[in-house]
Amino acid sequence: MSALDIAAAVRSGERRATDVLDEHLARIEAGDGDIHAFNLVTADAAREEAEAVDAAVARGDDPGPLAGVPVALKDNMCTRGIPTTCSSKVLEGWRPPYDATVVTRLRAAGAVAVGKTNLDEFAMGSSTENSAFGPTHNPRDLTRVPGGSSGGTAASVAADFTPLGIGSDTGGSIRQPAAFCGVVGMKPTYGAVSRYGLIAFASSLDQIGPFASSVADAAAMFDVIAGPDPRDSTSIRDYAPNASSVLDRGVAGLRVGVIRELSGGAGTVDGLSADVLARTQEAVDALAAAGATVEEISVPSATLGLSAYYLVAPAEASSNLARYDGVRYGLRVDAPTTGEMNTASRTAGFGPEVKRRIMLGTYALSAGYYDAFYGKALKVRTMMLREFAEAYEKVDVLVTPTAPTTAFPLGERTADPMTMYVNDVCTIPSNLTGHPGISVPFGIGEDGLPVGVQVLAPALGDELTFQVASVLEAAAAGGAS
Amino acid sequence: MSARITRGDVEHVARLARLELTDEEIELFTGQLGDILEHAADIEALDVGDIAPTSHPLPIVNVFRTDEVVPSLDRDEVLGQAPVAESGQFRVPPVLGEEP
Repeated sequence: MSALDIAAAVRSGERRATDVLDEHLARIEAGDGDIHAFNLVTADAAREEAEAVDAAVARGDDPGPLAGVPVALKDNMCTRGIPTTCSSKVLEGWRPPYDATVVTRLRAAGAVAVGKTNLDEFAMGSSTENSAFGPTHNPRDLTRVPGGSSGGTAASVAADFTPLGIGSDTGGSIRQPAAFCGVVGMKPTYGAVSRYGLIAFASSLDQIGPFASSVADAAAMFDVIAGPDPRDSTSIRDYAPNASSVLDRGVAGLRVGVIRELSGGAGTVDGLSADVLARTQEAVDALAAAGATVEEISVPSATLGLSAYYLVAPAEASSNLARYDGVRYGLRVDAPTTGEMNTASRTAGFGPEVKRRIMLGTYALSAGYYDAFYGKALKVRTMMLREFAEAYEKVDVLVTPTAPTTAFPLGERTADPMTMYVNDVCTIPSNLTGHPGISVPFGIGEDGLPVGVQVLAPALGDELTFQVASVLEAAAAGGAS
Repeated sequence: MSARITRGDVEHVARLARLELTDEEIELFTGQLGDILEHAADIEALDVGDIAPTSHPLPIVNVFRTDEVVPSLDRDEVLGQAPVAESGQFRVPPVLGEEP
């Protein structure tokens, strides 16, 4: 049952939110032992929320557009009084003293939060294998990764544990797991959704977004969580997108661009698999069949995104993660002096990938290397912004694969960080530019696993990404692939 | 292109980042960070001329709010999450007498 169907049934009094909740909790109970989507299931708190929704309906009040819809929260979203770990030992047992704005907004819309989902520690990874609490398995094939870092949320939606989920996307962490698990995942324009209460990884790149089984459900969730927030100074003022209202507009007359460097054309990045490229081409053909015009666009700096990202993101992370010092919250390892205590706590609390990124970021920012690495990466960001601006003078949206391959086997890429990082090559540019992007399932690969196609739009083009994704969803359902 | 990162660089950076690495980790990170930075050679080698850097995707300037007193986080709830708190404050081991 879709999120919108559940909400309609609960609002009309046809179904009770508590019954909907019980049904989903039973599925989690039965299936999550194998999948490990959740770090924590908050059944009691969820029941209270569901009872409040039912009470509102009984009073004749409208509980909101997501009435009674169970949602999964990535475990880097602060929930007051409920453990929030970032899948890190450094935050194990921590109970935040406040709720993230997305959590507050979802609750106000009638949604019922059922638990906290697994992620790569501090959202650093592309497979959810970097969790201190063990990996999540892909519900489509338990021997494969679900993608990452929002792998737990993607798996929860794919396994039908929850119709909706919240993720965060710093370099592709919503879109890539959505592609791997065969669900819809969307990274909004930077600043469209408040980051208040999202535990920071790389503050100029992080953005919260929705996961769902359908484009319409994802749009409904996006509409609820988007909008300005006085608690996030980077949230865009006077922005009130309504993606749900544009889903049936079609793509007739729309100009679609295919990025040559990310589609197997001349100068293309390495590692894009043939079946993923074939599905992407079929998606572009489907848009053309629906009335869009298609042209190839060159964005040369797209090939530099990976290098720029793996300097900018670790640099910002090394600064953001300085706060885990054993003083105010989280793990403290006792030592005779504060300095030794800081070092001992951080050393014991962080896992290998987090340490690697802190090291990389600290190096990139250190005296003598700042200009060569971090400074250059910021200039590449400007180049990308310029080139994408030029591209969007010629076309309305851009279409690329979401990830270079389908979901890979657990354990296959953990030994060599670079083989993991290349997963993000198609998703990273829109984090560096702040532009929105959505991944929509479009057929399967040679291995039978889902393929995701990505639709990109310029800043504030959030509605447009849903509009185009809606056409792709219909084409995929029509057997176009 | 800059010289490949050395073991000494890794030890220095670990001190800056307040991480204590084992010999094995130093060895591993020296190799892995070297590989990642080698990949970044494409932008290190780039002639970017006088292009202005972008540290933030949106042209946001200072955001002000009216100077009204609003409730903040509950102090007891915040201190309740501290490893050690005392008299309304965070308690830490001695700071004085440390090497700088």
